[in-house]
Amino acid sequence: MSEICDTRPPLPLGLARRGYTGTIQHLAAGGTTSSLPDVELESRLIELGFVEGARVEILHEGIVGRDPIAVRVDNITVAVRRREAMAVIVA
Amino acid sequence: MESPLLHLALVGTPNSGKTSLFNALTGSRQKVANYPGVTVERKEGAFVTPQGRQVSLVDLPGTYSLRGRSPDEEITRDFVLGRATGEVLPDLVLCVADSTNLRLTIRLLLELKSTGRPLALVLNMFDIAKRRGVTVDVAGLSQALGVPVVTSIAVRKGGTDDLLRLTDQLAAGADAAGGERANTWRPLTVPELRATQREADRIINATVSLPERPDTWTARIDSIALHPVGGLFILLAILFIMFQGVFAWAQPLMQLLSAAFDALGQLVHDQLPEGLLQSFLQNGVISGVGSVIVFLPQIIIIFLFILLLEDFGYMARAAFLMDRIMGGAGLHGRAFIPLLSSFACAIPGIMATRVIDNRRDRLTTILIAPLMTCSARIPVYTLIISAFIPPTKVLGLINLQGLVMFGLYAAGIVSALLVSFLVKFFLMRDYQPAPFMLELPDYKMPRLRSIAIGVYTRAKMFLQRAGTTIFAMMVLIWFLASFPQPPAGATEPAINYSLAAMIGQALAPLLSPVGFNWQIAVALVPGMAAREVAVAALGTVYAIEGGKEAAEQIGQVLADKWSLATALALLAWYIFAPQCASTLAVIRRETGSWRWMAVTFFYMFALAYAAAFATYHVAVAMGAG
Ligand SMILES: Nc1nc2c(ncn2[C@@H]2O[C@H](COP(=O)(O)OP(=O)(O)O)[C@@H](O)[C@H]2O)c(=O)[nH]1
Ligand SMILES: [Mg+2]
Repeated sequence: MSEICDTRPPLPLGLARRGYTGTIQHLAAGGTTSSLPDVELESRLIELGFVEGARVEILHEGIVGRDPIAVRVDNITVAVRRREAMAVIVA
Repeated sequence: MESPLLHLALVGTPNSGKTSLFNALTGSRQKVANYPGVTVERKEGAFVTPQGRQVSLVDLPGTYSLRGRSPDEEITRDFVLGRATGEVLPDLVLCVADSTNLRLTIRLLLELKSTGRPLALVLNMFDIAKRRGVTVDVAGLSQALGVPVVTSIAVRKGGTDDLLRLTDQLAAGADAAGGERANTWRPLTVPELRATQREADRIINATVSLPERPDTWTARIDSIALHPVGGLFILLAILFIMFQGVFAWAQPLMQLLSAAFDALGQLVHDQLPEGLLQSFLQNGVISGVGSVIVFLPQIIIIFLFILLLEDFGYMARAAFLMDRIMGGAGLHGRAFIPLLSSFACAIPGIMATRVIDNRRDRLTTILIAPLMTCSARIPVYTLIISAFIPPTKVLGLINLQGLVMFGLYAAGIVSALLVSFLVKFFLMRDYQPAPFMLELPDYKMPRLRSIAIGVYTRAKMFLQRAGTTIFAMMVLIWFLASFPQPPAGATEPAINYSLAAMIGQALAPLLSPVGFNWQIAVALVPGMAAREVAVAALGTVYAIEGGKEAAEQIGQVLADKWSLATALALLAWYIFAPQCASTLAVIRRETGSWRWMAVTFFYMFALAYAAAFATYHVAVAMGAG
């Protein structure tokens, strides 16, 4: 399992499609177009369990622009917009 | 010596079972009020421990941290830190965790420790955790965290026994020692946040084993309920059934209630001598208050649906499905739940907007919530539709009356979306969509008991309103319509000499361009107190005698006295119906400013006037004058 993760290039979760599974590498709140200040966005993501090493899987996508997405983060499910999910770098 | 009252507070992430625990511990001994300053529902209850200790328990809004990013979360923070005005510091904070999902709560608990408050961790939903094969080393966890830990099953009888026992122990210990630690809490920086999460994960790894089988039921239901297309159809179907319920299923009960009030009025009529007292009791009190209480079944049904969907865990899904669709009109996905509640009444709807953390999103939602057709408009719609719209079939199967009703609802929704769009376009040009981040909880079997308690508290609030505000208004109307009494030998109906007629005549010039006569003008004024009063007021104003206040009879009179154009104009007016004082008061409180209250009133008044004006003149032009 870890081999798959290691060989795949890192990717923002916001670009991943339904069915994608991976592990969080790091958070990069700076590069997103979210309306939240970087620190606030990062804090909220951590508070919802988006921390380094957490397993993620995209379970569902919305109808308009495949947005928002429902993400399994370890053992909870969280809905986020792709715009904010861009801050979560996975592989 | 009697030991002092013990103050407990429930803190935890959303959906961890705080409210269920609250209900389990306090039963119906609850008081729902507002925190001073902000309209966040404050739920306090009382219970007695097995050892006879009196406890006061507060159910705080769910939160992931003490940072307080919404008005809701600020309440929780201020309460725990003792910053809330007029609140005592809790003697014990119960941190409630969903045992199947401990990561976020343990992190919150580590943060809570820095507040210095005595703490205990409640591992709730332990039944579900067990079923899924989660095992917890409770003693080890307690030691690692440095706080007492108990398990609980909020929804099972006896499921809170351990918690009660612990409360007694801690109370005894606190009385003896009384030592408190200092509050060193401050907002955590990002590295600190990460560090506490690591620490939490480390503790969980050491004490909890998670052969976590994800909830297959939730996955299965979601594969349909969150399907991009299918999910929307299901949502529509649920809404359709809900409104069907509100209109069709409530009917028999409403007729029963209405008949009962008629009978009561008749009884009073027969028992009392002709005169003012008889008229006051029958026309003022019984028919007035009765005409509002008749709507109790509808209120119960709509809250039943909303609470059921919430308890089941569907509401978060509805927000997920609607997020981008509502985003097109400048609304946040989380606005869906408040707007849905506004179909019952704008007041709980506006109060529910506190889950929206972005101020502008919240404001937009508050501004348009009163445009959702609240249940108080139903009596007005029902009365006018049954009096003026024939029950013919359109295309052989759709009832025209039902179609008009549907059209009125649709008009409300469409104008809400339009207003939201305009607000976004004109007032908030630099608007950036606020993030939508929401946990989708596992589905749970709805619990009859907690739903019953929820419906009961709502029904009680409605009846209290009927017994106070509406009652007072009806007395006022009756008075205005009865005094001064006509001079001896008067030939016109008594009401034409009354104060009500004078007020109506004074307002008539303003309202005659939209086709309203003075009787409607009089009825609209008390409608300020509660929209539904307009129906009763029309009844009183038209001076119907002898227990004929049932809607059909008022309808008869209206059908004789009004033109179709006037009736349609009044319907159009009521889509907007700016004259609800309680809604305006809640907007004032929630936004903390008179300005937004005034904005709401004037924009709704302008829309109501314009819509009624247009409807009236188009109808007259088409020959319905
Ligand atoms: N099986 C089970 N379900 C629970 C338990 N506690 C709460 N629930 C359910 O969990 C859901 C959320 O509970 P609620 O009290 O509304 O959570 P709150 O958001 O923290 O107030 C509801 O559907 C409850 O019926 C429990 O101990 N066992
Ligand atoms: Mg709750």
